[in-house]
Amino acid sequence: MIEMSSKLILITPEILLLIGAVIVAVLGLSTHRRIRNAVPWTTVGFLVAAIVATQIVYDGSETVTNADLLLPNLGLYLKTMVGVIAIGLVLLGIGMVDRKYEEAIRDGRAGFDPLRVVRGEYHAFLLLSIAGTMLIANANDLIWLFLAIELSSLPTYVMVALGRGTRRNQEAAIKYFFLGAMSSATFLYGFALLYGASGTLSLTGMREVFAAQAASDGIPLFGLIGMVLAIVGLCFKITAVPMHFYAPDVYQGAPTPVTGFISFMPKVAGFTAIIMLCAAVGWSGHHIIDNAGVRVPTEGLPRPVHATLWVIAALTMILGNIGALLQTSIKRLLAYSSISHSGYMLVGVIAGTAEGIDAVFFYLVTYGVATVAVFGALCGLQRHGREVETLDDLSGLWKRHPGMAFVLALSAFSMLGLPPLLGFWGKLDLMIAGISAGETPLVVIMMATSAVSAYYYLHLAGLPIIRKPDARTEGVEVGPSPWPRIAAMVFGIGILIVPIGARTLMEKAEASTKNSWLEPVETTLNTGDARPEDHTPELPQA
Amino acid sequence: MQLWILLLIPLFTCVGVGFGGERNARAIALGGSLATLAWAVVLAMQFPHWQAEQWLYWPAPEANAFPVIPGLGIAVELGVDSVSLLLVLLNVFLMPCCVLGSWVAIKERRREFYIWLLVLSTCVMGVFVSRDVISFYTFFEASLVPGFFMLAIYGGPDRREASFKFFIYTFVGSLFMLLGLAYVAWQHAQQTGDWSFAISDLTTFAPTLSAGEQGWILLALLAGLAVKVPLFPLHTWLPLAHNQAPTAGSVNFAAVILKLGLYGMYVFVLPMVPEAVVTWAPTIAVLAVIGIVYAALICWVQTDVKKLIAYSSVSHMGFAVLGLLALNPLGLQGSVFYMLSHGFATGGLFLCIGMMYERYHTKDLREIGGLAFKMPVWSFFFIVLVFASVGLPGLNGFVSEFLCLIGTFTAVPGAQTGYPGVLGPWFAAVAATGMILGAMYLLYMTGKLCFGPLREPADHHEHEELPKDLSLREIAAVAPIAVVCLVFGIMPWPILHAVEPVAEAVLKPYPALVESHFEQMDAAAKVSLLTDTTLEGSR
Repeated sequence: MIEMSSKLILITPEILLLIGAVIVAVLGLSTHRRIRNAVPWTTVGFLVAAIVATQIVYDGSETVTNADLLLPNLGLYLKTMVGVIAIGLVLLGIGMVDRKYEEAIRDGRAGFDPLRVVRGEYHAFLLLSIAGTMLIANANDLIWLFLAIELSSLPTYVMVALGRGTRRNQEAAIKYFFLGAMSSATFLYGFALLYGASGTLSLTGMREVFAAQAASDGIPLFGLIGMVLAIVGLCFKITAVPMHFYAPDVYQGAPTPVTGFISFMPKVAGFTAIIMLCAAVGWSGHHIIDNAGVRVPTEGLPRPVHATLWVIAALTMILGNIGALLQTSIKRLLAYSSISHSGYMLVGVIAGTAEGIDAVFFYLVTYGVATVAVFGALCGLQRHGREVETLDDLSGLWKRHPGMAFVLALSAFSMLGLPPLLGFWGKLDLMIAGISAGETPLVVIMMATSAVSAYYYLHLAGLPIIRKPDARTEGVEVGPSPWPRIAAMVFGIGILIVPIGARTLMEKAEASTKNSWLEPVETTLNTGDARPEDHTPELPQA
Repeated sequence: MQLWILLLIPLFTCVGVGFGGERNARAIALGGSLATLAWAVVLAMQFPHWQAEQWLYWPAPEANAFPVIPGLGIAVELGVDSVSLLLVLLNVFLMPCCVLGSWVAIKERRREFYIWLLVLSTCVMGVFVSRDVISFYTFFEASLVPGFFMLAIYGGPDRREASFKFFIYTFVGSLFMLLGLAYVAWQHAQQTGDWSFAISDLTTFAPTLSAGEQGWILLALLAGLAVKVPLFPLHTWLPLAHNQAPTAGSVNFAAVILKLGLYGMYVFVLPMVPEAVVTWAPTIAVLAVIGIVYAALICWVQTDVKKLIAYSSVSHMGFAVLGLLALNPLGLQGSVFYMLSHGFATGGLFLCIGMMYERYHTKDLREIGGLAFKMPVWSFFFIVLVFASVGLPGLNGFVSEFLCLIGTFTAVPGAQTGYPGVLGPWFAAVAATGMILGAMYLLYMTGKLCFGPLREPADHHEHEELPKDLSLREIAAVAPIAVVCLVFGIMPWPILHAVEPVAEAVLKPYPALVESHFEQMDAAAKVSLLTDTTLEGSR
């Protein structure tokens, strides 16, 4: 019982968000326009409440730091980060959701029909997805992990479909849903195999079993297959090769605020899940048996898992960056760029040391801030009442909207990793972690591909500023609500000034992995005497 | 603190320019750049190590370290030695000249222009005063952004291509430089247990790495620095960028940005990877010599004046690289002196060309000539600067070219100077042909442009804002540069003396390494049946 209550306390923020989702869904159906307009702000209010709750719950006490989790301190960092960036993502949607219909009601061209409004649903689903992402931090069970991942992704399928009407949007929604379902099936199958190999659903238990197995004969083959399948399935969430094909179409077809959302939130979910699974398998203590039958210790993850991740990371970086070179549509370009960012973060996962994982979590922040800024600029602008589509639409933006041109340039340069902007520190952290783990070839690929990315980020940053406005760009005007632009400005300025506080942020990221299996003392090759009371795992009951 | 102020003055001027309105932008920028110059002069007067016996930084970088990420040992440390202070002075000296030079040329988006100009100067100074790898890299990369926008917004007809090429070339290279430096830092952390990115820590540590690793690090560092120098065959961005940039941009690119590469070689390459330098110096020197001769030959057939001067920079920087690789104090002093004198002479030439272009809107040698009749004052300054660039004795170019070539010439295995080297007379001889070619193409250009019958473009009208010959403002921009060229030519020794202790300190490990290198080569030669004839020949 005590365990149950302590678990429930830890998920207070998520509970708050779930309550919020229900309330918001109801508020959105109100016939009063004013109440409907309050929906986004209610959402923001619940997010703030969740952030505050996180700070209160994670007070650093024994119950928190010794919770039966692989990364007991991760919750504080992850939930705060997700909450803060989610506020930005909510602001992106203000004035965009239901826009045409609300205008029609205001002008008296249509009556209020609860079946036609989606504002409530949009924000409710948004909160549900955020809650799912936060729950992953508390997962210590494969089933919990699976449910949390699904909770974070199912709402996004609906959100993509909300921009109903255009054929492109329908295509995006279908593609996203079916491929998402397929990926869920893949990693669920992987989970099943992992369970079969370890005989336990608990991640901490699994870690102990795998450590014992690694110390003797090595992890059984179907356990490794399960691991590989789980990773490949999760690649869908993080838009990594081979599950990246949907990204450009879905990003382009989804409404812009939703694109911003799905380019950040599922990634956090996916990376946290992958890190937890890799933690369960263990980053060290593995060996291979060579032809002579001698056990040779290897560094890092078990060989097959390591090789899979390595190939995925390399291909993701290469294909993402090269694909982006050919794009003229901004959203497709950003889709490919988000693919390549996943590749960079995978370098940190492969490095696997505490440094590497810290770097991934830090990079998620830098990526999230830049994402909000760039999508804020895109949501805040429109061209003849439609979304801004191509890079050419933006050329000459400085003349009419210097602030947005500035934000676009800042976020593009930050994603490129130009010092001293925020993105540079993320990349530096990843690079150092990669080199320290002996993954120099991968780091070289990372550097080479980010060099390639200079070309398209330079277009994104440069064209709005260097070109003269032409007839095409005259039509670009500000969107219906100032809030997306305000979000863009705030996060854009964040790109500029957060590096001054990068130290605190990185320390927070470091603290997130403290007191976990990542502490190097625990992970040694001879686990034989390190675990005196090696309790035998419960066997699955037939 | 002093150096922070130096960096902040131009940045605060940017704010002033931003809020001061389109009309006042240039005046505010001029004021800010003069204030920076004044502060830099104050610093130069306070600098205690001009006559020092040792190589010292001032102020001590550790004392003013500002920790950024203590866990990784990343801290911003600033400090200058005599070489970097000289380069800072070069930069701040040219800043007001650039502002004056673009006084009327920039007609639209003025505020932005001066902001980019000031930010560019800040970044460049930041590179020179950084004493830790991360801030060096930060300023090095950040300088690309203002350069990119200056080029892309205010440049000539091919500005788009030029700006993208400029940015991407340098960015790609310097990523690998960062990789190399991070690798050194990691090795340092592995072996000492402490993360540190201070240049002093890394340079004392890196030489202990094995020769193979040093080779890779050298390759990574050169990937970033050789693009900036620029070393053949990575120079192709330069003619385009310098040609397309607005006047102030060309001046800044040629005079200061090119020095970043060479300065980086002096800060990182020489102290960090001495063994690799000894092994690879001949190869790099061959590239430098090819660059010298090849670019000089290209200059000869150029009809575009600005392009001609841009290529001449490629040729001239080759001499500075040779001087650096001669591995003796003479060569290093010459190389540092070359950085300064090339900065002044070529910067001044670009200013002059800009003034001509404002009047005639052409840079084509076939369309314009005989300007001495119409613009005698302009022609006077132009000819002085051309002579400085050619290396006429009595002007600064001569001193630097002479020192570099002497350094290269004496860089032979058994040199009596106590500094054996790996280059030798052949390198100096071939490079000297570049000097002769330089005199030929520059004088040919001068002859066409200043003398002979007056030729003006057909559709030329008198400019309403500009007098026929130089205005006082333009004289104020270019005259100080000409004076400096003359002073440096007559009295080079204060600078050479200031650089000497630095040169000796940097080169301290080299004589022994070169000796052992040749011993190894000898041993290898005895074993191998095929003797290396070129090596034997040079002995």
